[in-house]
Amino acid sequence: MQALTGFTLLLLCQSVGELLARAAGLPLPGPVLGLLLMAALLRWPVVRAPVEAAAQPLLGHLSLLFVPVGVGVIGHLGLIGQYGVRMMLALVLSTWIGMLVAALVLRALLPRDAEPPRVV
Amino acid sequence: MPAVVELWVYLAATPLFGLTATLGVYVFTSLLYERLDRAPWANPVLWSVLALASLLGATGTPYPTYFSGAQFIHFLLGPAVVALAWPLWQRRAELCTRAGALLLAALAGGAAASGSALAIGWALGLPREVIASLVPKSVTAPVAMGIAEQLGGIPALAAVFAVLTGLVGAVSAKALLDAVHVHRPEVRGFALGTASHGIGAARALQVHADAGAYAALALGLQVLLAALLLPLAAHLF
Repeated sequence: MQALTGFTLLLLCQSVGELLARAAGLPLPGPVLGLLLMAALLRWPVVRAPVEAAAQPLLGHLSLLFVPVGVGVIGHLGLIGQYGVRMMLALVLSTWIGMLVAALVLRALLPRDAEPPRVV
Repeated sequence: MPAVVELWVYLAATPLFGLTATLGVYVFTSLLYERLDRAPWANPVLWSVLALASLLGATGTPYPTYFSGAQFIHFLLGPAVVALAWPLWQRRAELCTRAGALLLAALAGGAAASGSALAIGWALGLPREVIASLVPKSVTAPVAMGIAEQLGGIPALAAVFAVLTGLVGAVSAKALLDAVHVHRPEVRGFALGTASHGIGAARALQVHADAGAYAALALGLQVLLAALLLPLAAHLF
């Protein structure tokens, strides 16, 4: 029951987010506005346990949710066509550069503490 | 028509096929991933996508038929993004004290990813609309498509780039971040979410709770920053 209540709250926040995005013509997707709404809603203690119960299974299997889109992408790989190698080179290198810059800037800015074990 | 073929034709045309195939393949690839100690190259999204695409190709099943079942899983992406509020809420005090550093790192990482895509694409002589589709690739696919359109790119190509970027980041982050001796889970998670949005965040959530929360924050910040700043930057230059 907790999880069902929580799932309803997630859908409600997403719906309000979609409405806001459309009504105000914001360039943001409804779920992202829904995330901000949910963060505000969590100030209210009664919603916390249900939201946690619904969020855990969804986030634990977040990977699964990207599979249908990914399968669709394979069908569009033809778009890459004649520029394939150069496109992949630009894509891979810029992904690494973005990741490195984010990591090094954040590491430089955060206060130092004990190095935890290696992950991710 | 033989009965088996008839049965297959019937099953393949119902939503049951797409849903069962997606879950079945994902459960299998996830078990392998666990078995392999969550090695980055064994990423379950990558292998599920390849296996399902091969299955559709081998059986001649069109994507819309598959998606009529898979859409039930796809639909859950929306509430899952909203659910990212939970790990952020749990760490709200820590995140608030680090707000400045996190915002700066998100800006720097996002600008580096988009700027280097622009520069490398230009240096390699890629056409303008391809570069415009590459620039927003570190943002989750639906937002990337919208931004690419504003920049004069091709939305479908932007979606392909976004998904590929997610996979590239999720598979290579461990080796890359180990190489530069970044070991703190929150920094690693944040870098993954910045460069590789949801697919990167999914990887981070599987490996470490702190890394997952920071990846969730990073992906949210990229969506906000990219949607607000990229069209503005394109307008200025």
